[in-house]
Amino acid sequence: MTNPFRRRSAADLRPPAKLGAFLLLLAWAFVVLFPIYWLFVTSFKTPYDVDKGPFYIPFVDFQPTLDAWKYILFDLGNDTLRPYVNTVIVGLTSSVIALVLGSLAAYALVRFTYRPRVGIVGLFIASVAFAFVATALGAPALIAFAAAIGAFVILAQTIGRRFVRALGNSDIAFWLISQRILPPIAVAVPLYVLFQQVHLLDNIAALIVTYVATNLPIVVWLMRDYFASLPRELEESAAVDGASIYRIVRSIVLPISVPGLVATFLIVLIFAWNEFLIALVLTSANAQTMPLQVAAQNATRGPQWWAMSVLILIMIAPVVAMAVALERFITRGILVGALKG
Amino acid sequence: MASSNSPTDELSREPGLTGPAPPRTAARRATATLGAWRSEGAARWLFIWPAVLLILALSLFPLVASVALSVSKLVFNPGRVDLSFVGAANYQQLLFGLERSHFLGVLRTPTPLGWAILIGTVALTATAWIRVLRSGRVRPLGLVFRLVGGLLFIGLMGLLVQTLASDGGRPGSVVVTLIFVFGGIALQLFLGLGLAMLAVQQVPWRRFFRILFLVPLTITPVGVGYMFLMMTDTSKGPFEPVWVALGLRNFTWVTDPWLARGAVIIGDTWQWTPFVFIVLLAALESLDQEVREAALVDGASRWQSFRHITMPALLPVTTTIVLIRIIEGFKIIDMPNILLGGGPGTATQSMTLQAYIDWNTLNLGRSAAVAYLLLILVSVVATVYVSFVRRRVTELA
Repeated sequence: MTNPFRRRSAADLRPPAKLGAFLLLLAWAFVVLFPIYWLFVTSFKTPYDVDKGPFYIPFVDFQPTLDAWKYILFDLGNDTLRPYVNTVIVGLTSSVIALVLGSLAAYALVRFTYRPRVGIVGLFIASVAFAFVATALGAPALIAFAAAIGAFVILAQTIGRRFVRALGNSDIAFWLISQRILPPIAVAVPLYVLFQQVHLLDNIAALIVTYVATNLPIVVWLMRDYFASLPRELEESAAVDGASIYRIVRSIVLPISVPGLVATFLIVLIFAWNEFLIALVLTSANAQTMPLQVAAQNATRGPQWWAMSVLILIMIAPVVAMAVALERFITRGILVGALKG
Repeated sequence: MASSNSPTDELSREPGLTGPAPPRTAARRATATLGAWRSEGAARWLFIWPAVLLILALSLFPLVASVALSVSKLVFNPGRVDLSFVGAANYQQLLFGLERSHFLGVLRTPTPLGWAILIGTVALTATAWIRVLRSGRVRPLGLVFRLVGGLLFIGLMGLLVQTLASDGGRPGSVVVTLIFVFGGIALQLFLGLGLAMLAVQQVPWRRFFRILFLVPLTITPVGVGYMFLMMTDTSKGPFEPVWVALGLRNFTWVTDPWLARGAVIIGDTWQWTPFVFIVLLAALESLDQEVREAALVDGASRWQSFRHITMPALLPVTTTIVLIRIIEGFKIIDMPNILLGGGPGTATQSMTLQAYIDWNTLNLGRSAAVAYLLLILVSVVATVYVSFVRRRVTELA
């Protein structure tokens, strides 16, 4: 799909090299497509065909059937629809919120200098530890935490001012990404207890909040590199012209960052869309999401390959559609145009 | 939270330029030039606090609660479940006791090659530390940190050598996880970078490729696990004729530890290459093409233009992807669990899978202990990576 009117560039490959590039891309396309093709044909197989397999081409070496599709879409009906709607709502909401909050934080980490003092961070950790210990020893949680926050404020305003050593932006960024290290398996039970306290179990709000928090570090890190690579002449000239920082972010930084924003959005959407373990622990019926449905097909009778294939296919369809719609934004030229205009 | 209580806000009142500012990084330069923005104090905290507060709110309690879990044991009393404090018993079991061979592996005397690797590692680490000591630029605390980091690194290499390059040694879940992480990342980075560089060219079906290459990432990891279970089935899977043609009709790769680990790495790579691909693609697309064109017109070779223009621009984001993949990769669970159930034996059991199996058998204490040791291991690896690789590379660029 080359544009015939496109200006020829010195960076373009010569025809033989271009053919080589095309063939390599084609080879990887086959590697990617074949397992998905296999899912596709499996979704039209009867259990018998799967078991006697391998059969490759519908109508040629096996008779396709719509049984699995009927089972998932009609027999299960609402039991498929409910998790599907949940997945869409949770995925879209959490990734939009994570993208907005994360991009702002990333921009701040690139353009401002933060110097949180070591002493104040230490005081904060100490007061939180105090609150947890007090709670564990039987003090009412609310009072313990209120006392800890009060003590922290007073100490920070008095002793805290004497501390000189400070951390920098890269330490904040590292702290953010380090929040992803603890595996979900360790976080799941404490999160269950936490959301039980606020009566949000089996509620999609709990999933949205959790996914925003878990995806924020990824957004911050990806967008931080992206913002740092932008030429700052644009922002400087706008600042000189008297634009406020909000205006600069909204009208200059965000528009020229569209490729990075789109790529990051797709990544966090996919993460939220597919998350399994936390959804498993936090939901029971109403708020279940699609990954749980897929895993549920490995029932007592062994894996139901045909039903699983249908579920995976209908799960990836909207994400792929979104990738098709958004792909054209991941393209060059936007920045160059902005600099000239 | 009232704004005046926050440490960062308090600092925002002082000029942003008081700190010693090494002039190298782009971010710092920008801050210096844009000093006029300091008046917009509100934006400083408005931009960063929502993210920080949300993460704090959701991470503090789990962090503390899982420490508490890791030093206790579930006790089932009639009608209720209690936690009883057991001290470091869970950790002791994993590192020295019953579960040692499962967690750390079976340690044996290294082969001559193993000794050579180990001695080389010790020598390199020691010279690096002495060089830092002599330079006199690092404060005592930094020296202690580097010493501890170096000792941990030597310990880790010792573990690798004693389980892999020794007679009768067997890797435990720590070493298996390291194999998955670094084997997988090397492949994913190579493939992802190569594909991204090809997909920015003006080739036919460009859009099709770029969208298709994303698809593996969109499938839920559990689903990918089952998909590869179908793919790798040697009797009903699509590659059955291939196995037969190779005379391997009754062959099962499931029983060989290294083949099984290879299968896990292949599945992981199939799924995660798109992640590297899309981030590098976005980065490549936002490069200023005209600089490259100008260089090429002026007679630079393609290699030179890659080395001096494309690569420096890609390096920071590449180090970020590698860091994210290290952190995510250590949590690998679905592929080895679904494909092999951690088998043969415990040959493909990653640390998270071990934690999951303990969790499933309601041994929450030991599960949390495994998770915490994972946290320590990844923190060390990530800190070393950030302070040695990423910082250096960012300065280079």
